[in-house]
Amino acid sequence: MKYVDEFRDPAKAKALISQINGLKEKLGIKDGAMPIQLMEFCGGHTHTIFRYGIEPMLPDWVEMIHGPGCPVCVLPMGRVDNCVELAERPEVIFTTFGDAMRVPGSKKSLLQAKADGADVRMTYSPMDALELAKRNPMREVIFFGLGFETTMPSTALTVIQAKNQGIKNFSLFCNHITTVPTIKAVLDSPDMRIDGFLAPGHVSMVVGERPFDFIADVYHKPIVITGFEPLDILQSIWMVLSQLAEKRCTVENQYARIVPPNGNPAALNAMAKVFELREFFEWRGLGSIDHSGVKMREEYQDFDAEVKFAVPLLKIADPKSCQCGEVVKGVLRPWECKIFGGACTPETPMGALMVSSEGACAAYYSFGDIPQLLAKREQQIKINIKDKSA
Amino acid sequence: MSRIKRKLNAEIITLAHGSGGKAMRDLIDDVFVSGFDNSHLDELEDQAKFNLSDLAKHGNRLAMTTDSYVVDPLFFPGGDIGKLAITGTVNDLAVGGAKPLYLTCSMIIEEGFKVETLRKIVKSMKKTADDAGVKIVTGDTKVVNKGECDKLFINTTGIGVIAENINIAASRAQVGDVVIINGFVGDHGAAIVDARGEMSLENTIKSDCQVLNSLIQKMLEVCPAIHCMRDATRGGLATVLNEFAQSSQVNITINETQIPIRPEVRGMCEILGLDPLYLANEGKLIAVVPADSANKVLQVMQKHPAGIDSAIIGKVEKQPASRVILATSFGGNRIVDMLVGEQLPRIC
Repeated sequence: MKYVDEFRDPAKAKALISQINGLKEKLGIKDGAMPIQLMEFCGGHTHTIFRYGIEPMLPDWVEMIHGPGCPVCVLPMGRVDNCVELAERPEVIFTTFGDAMRVPGSKKSLLQAKADGADVRMTYSPMDALELAKRNPMREVIFFGLGFETTMPSTALTVIQAKNQGIKNFSLFCNHITTVPTIKAVLDSPDMRIDGFLAPGHVSMVVGERPFDFIADVYHKPIVITGFEPLDILQSIWMVLSQLAEKRCTVENQYARIVPPNGNPAALNAMAKVFELREFFEWRGLGSIDHSGVKMREEYQDFDAEVKFAVPLLKIADPKSCQCGEVVKGVLRPWECKIFGGACTPETPMGALMVSSEGACAAYYSFGDIPQLLAKREQQIKINIKDKSA
Repeated sequence: MSRIKRKLNAEIITLAHGSGGKAMRDLIDDVFVSGFDNSHLDELEDQAKFNLSDLAKHGNRLAMTTDSYVVDPLFFPGGDIGKLAITGTVNDLAVGGAKPLYLTCSMIIEEGFKVETLRKIVKSMKKTADDAGVKIVTGDTKVVNKGECDKLFINTTGIGVIAENINIAASRAQVGDVVIINGFVGDHGAAIVDARGEMSLENTIKSDCQVLNSLIQKMLEVCPAIHCMRDATRGGLATVLNEFAQSSQVNITINETQIPIRPEVRGMCEILGLDPLYLANEGKLIAVVPADSANKVLQVMQKHPAGIDSAIIGKVEKQPASRVILATSFGGNRIVDMLVGEQLPRIC
């Protein structure tokens, strides 16, 4: 397939792997030392890494940490409960992206609410939800807006259109979140030891390169804006490692074929018109992060489901046994979490990262060798006990 | 003895057509008995009868299977619910090495269903049954209130006979065996997503809905020792391979570059974030055959209209047992597991 297969060429992959291997000496890697940790922030990258089997291709001194950038995974339970309550109103048609349907709330998921009779429909774009509102003037159509800056412009433009066209029965339940404060929260956590970042390509297509400058300037970590094909990922890993080898840290753009340095001004304008920052937003696994979410501006209140349906903000704590926070920061590997594969599986996810196929734990569970990983965990526990008793 | 055929004059199905009275007789006679048209049905008894000696001519074991068909929309590019109800059950018999012979047909109809549409579906069932060389010999009709079923549900049960020298089972895959598929994967699943129109894609993907019994007959003629065979319906290729690997406690390694996938199906999967290995098929079989027969089997398959695009996609190995591994086109390896729940399009 044109424009796809070129980015999945196994010969080029081999060449990149040998270039990565070539950096070992320059990086001063000693055998048996702690591996270099690189975080791919975005869930789309995590998906590519697992789908194409990239991890086993990398040398053992490079370790990928799968970050919190899967919007479906980090949706807090209280928000899912809000969705279910909205969807269960008889007048409401509740529309959502497909993979948000399975996210568990404290009582049920949208998929379960649908089975119980709620009118929940999967849409591919918010514009489809607006069309649905036009076709069903007697019903209230709510679009469940979620995602980072990637999906924000299309929701903003839909709300602007709804206002311009005077459509009264359409509203947005806004759960959009922002990238930069979240990366900052990861960087500020005391047990973090990540050496470099792959920045989200689709978010950057909207916001441009500059919002990531602080990672290099303040935290002195290299960061490369990365595309979503497997060769994009390998090339970016090589680019981050090269910066580390050359003791540089700057924002580089591997995904220049899509990401302009200044982003997309039209999209940014639409976002600014409709949305403003919330004081804080609750994340599953990470807790509350300042300015990490947006809400709708007062001028668009008529289209704000939170206002229209007086949605109460529920705060429901993550299960205590859950170690998603440590996994997201790279302190624990997914399979090292004590409930991975036991109490927490994709069928019955307890933690954020098991929820969507883009979540690190779900990816390990689906694409990894579970018995082998669990045996490895047992082994480590034994070693730890021995260490402590010695 | 010839009977006077009754005529159904109604335009839509009502509860009366399921009540056991005259209206129901009109429906059965005019739509089903005339539509399926065979001597077993003409007798209008409560059961179909067969001579055991006739059955025994085909082999020494009876095979039986049942399946219910619920599909939205009822008509889709490449097929309809009627065609599906025949191909599905015929294929479930055939992949066990049975020669499919007789089917039942049970319909649950929502009141208000158009008689004209029902006739169209019956016609499609008859044509598909004729293509497969099977007869629909008995049936049942129920009509339910509006909202109690989605337009039309069909159940078909089939029986067939397995020849003495055939022994196909998911537990028989052996190290060294070769995995063959009879063509492109995912066409049906992709066509249905497309035909529902929810995703507003403009596409030309047709369902692969087809009967496989004559293809399988040709395969068994050149290789009666086929070890495993299943049709990859819901859950797709990935699910069938996992069933083989787990039942036989072997590893199956497939090669991504060898799996036939149409560019348009791949394109749709790329856009929606779906994996074609899990998409449903309605005319695809996966066979595990001894390595020394693989080329022979492949050649007869490629000469048959239902197998022109057949390909060898992988092989059976020892370790890791009970696992399916995909050698990716990119040069990596990953485990292909059973799916959890339904595949849902990804957000971005």
